[in-house]
Amino acid sequence: MNQPLKPNSFRAGPDEDGRFGIFGGRFVAETLMPLILDLQDEWNKAKSDPAFKAELEHLGAHYIGRPSPLYFAERLTAELGGAKIYFKREELNHTGSHKINNCIGQILLAKRMGKTRIIAETGAGQHGVASATVAARFGLPCVVYMGATDVERQAPNVFRMKLLGAEVKPVTAGSGTLKDAMNEALRDWVTNVDNTYYLIGTAAGPHPYPEMVRDFQAVIGQEAKEQILAAEGRLPDLVVAAVGGGSNAIGIFHPFLDDDGVRIVGVEAGGKGLEGDEHCASITAGSPGVLHGNRTYLLQDGDGQIKEGHSISAGLDYPGIGPEHAWLNDIGRVEYVPIMDHEALEAFQTLTRLEGIIPALEPSHALAEVIKRAPKMGKDEIILMNLSGRGDKDIFTVGKILGMGQ
Amino acid sequence: MTARIEQRFADVAAEGRPVLVTYFMGGDPDFDTSLAIMRSLPQAGADVIELGVPFSDPMADGPAIQLAGQRALKAGQTLAKTLDLARRFREQDQRTPIVLMGYYNPIYIYGVERFLDDAVQAGVDGLIVVDLPPEMDDELCIPALDKGISFIRLATPTTDDRRLPKVLENTSGFVYYVSMTGITGSALPDPSLIAGAVARIKSHTKLPVCVGFGVKTAEHARVIGASADGVVVGTAIVNQIASSLTEEGRVTEATVPGVEALVRGLSAGVRASRLAAAE
Repeated sequence: MNQPLKPNSFRAGPDEDGRFGIFGGRFVAETLMPLILDLQDEWNKAKSDPAFKAELEHLGAHYIGRPSPLYFAERLTAELGGAKIYFKREELNHTGSHKINNCIGQILLAKRMGKTRIIAETGAGQHGVASATVAARFGLPCVVYMGATDVERQAPNVFRMKLLGAEVKPVTAGSGTLKDAMNEALRDWVTNVDNTYYLIGTAAGPHPYPEMVRDFQAVIGQEAKEQILAAEGRLPDLVVAAVGGGSNAIGIFHPFLDDDGVRIVGVEAGGKGLEGDEHCASITAGSPGVLHGNRTYLLQDGDGQIKEGHSISAGLDYPGIGPEHAWLNDIGRVEYVPIMDHEALEAFQTLTRLEGIIPALEPSHALAEVIKRAPKMGKDEIILMNLSGRGDKDIFTVGKILGMGQ
Repeated sequence: MTARIEQRFADVAAEGRPVLVTYFMGGDPDFDTSLAIMRSLPQAGADVIELGVPFSDPMADGPAIQLAGQRALKAGQTLAKTLDLARRFREQDQRTPIVLMGYYNPIYIYGVERFLDDAVQAGVDGLIVVDLPPEMDDELCIPALDKGISFIRLATPTTDDRRLPKVLENTSGFVYYVSMTGITGSALPDPSLIAGAVARIKSHTKLPVCVGFGVKTAEHARVIGASADGVVVGTAIVNQIASSLTEEGRVTEATVPGVEALVRGLSAGVRASRLAAAE
């Protein structure tokens, strides 16, 4: 494979076929192709419709709680003794994570398209909760597919979704985790093409999902850019976010991609280490392949069979990654690094004790990388990290590992 | 090669009956049994063989074919071994067309050029790759056609007249009409709807049109065969295999004969549709 040429802008993708370099595309069954083309048409119209933008902004402000604050983590900065650390506090959004940004955007599209039923997949349950929330808000029935294994380990979120009126369907096929939930959601969609909208939760899947989800999440980076300029009068030196499928990361990265002086780091789940199979580091330890409608980095064996990932964080437990991240890696604009379960767990406790913020285990991975890098950076340097979700859902997992009571 | 598919459809058309296309999963429940099943199919009345390539994440398949794929993978089946099945079958049968059916990733990882060369050598005549719509033709479809391997496309109820020409553009061998939106193994829809859909597709192409998804019994085969050039049976065969296995998923004495008996019945069904049409 040739080294890809450096583009004039890192923000121009995808092309009209949904490709970011060799990544992305539309690898779906024929049954879904007309739906995906319809969605693309509607998305193109919505993008340039001021009324759509206005409704999105109104709901963003009054329903989600945007803009989310930019917070200077003074005690953490002092403790680490290096760069100034700022958090983009997406964990303060309604439903507790960045997932709601995308769900509001997509449900407005679903309404425009006249769809009357929402389906979604979920791993940790954050996207499932956000989907169930917007479905309730707009009065549409919602079915959430969730791996049977995840239903068990994320019981509080299952309860939330049910309270919100969603039907949670446990998926036992395969290994009963996020990728199997996504397979099952695609099967539902193939079956119920007339009335159903598939609300994908991450910046992956067939075109136009990766672009669309990114654009709904890019509000994170746009706000952060304005906020950091207001606070510091300049752009950050380093932007860090955790990457599972990669929607929170692409959301904060994208507005900074063409800013030369800003280094960008995506943090993958290193699980129990990259040597065995117990990790989810699709870029650092996987290879390009085709799954769930797009070409991207995947965890797979030599026969092209998809492997199960592992992470302490159910939200990062996916054997692939959004195609734009795959491209940003290959082209060298973003650096992707793994963080192990135990490092994320330590970072989780550090933030909880030093700043009184309980982070989700997903951004705890990003935080662990910040903790590694900040001390090596100058005191006049600035780190911006996406604190993408709150940790209420993880306290039982963490408590169990730390042996803190029942 | 494409020639073998054309010849078979022409020969069967001359008999005045529809073609019986049979699908099973390569390597289910194990390589040797799979080879025995494959070799038994032509004698039982199958005209074209669809050889399933197992994939860990079969997004368009129902539970029966998902489980068949898992059994095959557990027994060590790979794309290379599936090509080997085709090669071993071809040693004894030079006339029955073989169509590989599966998902793109195993082929992509094997390497498209290498795969096509090995497929030609193994005597594979066509490919059905579920997750490669016409928009992705440069990936595998065009290179396959260049090597003389047919690329058989699925047309579905969502493929409207606007889209149909694009779907048919690089399709060769035959068109596989999926009789409903949904996954493999769902229920059979109204035969009159199917007849209308087949007529619609045939107004756009000279290729034979085979109908699948939901065909389970000889009676289904007879009814569908009255309007289509061919009938595809998959899940019923896969279920037959599954029901013959031990609790641990191992082969029994009933496995191969069970498939033979089922296919013989389906074959009688497609042959009866000729009689029905003649009446």
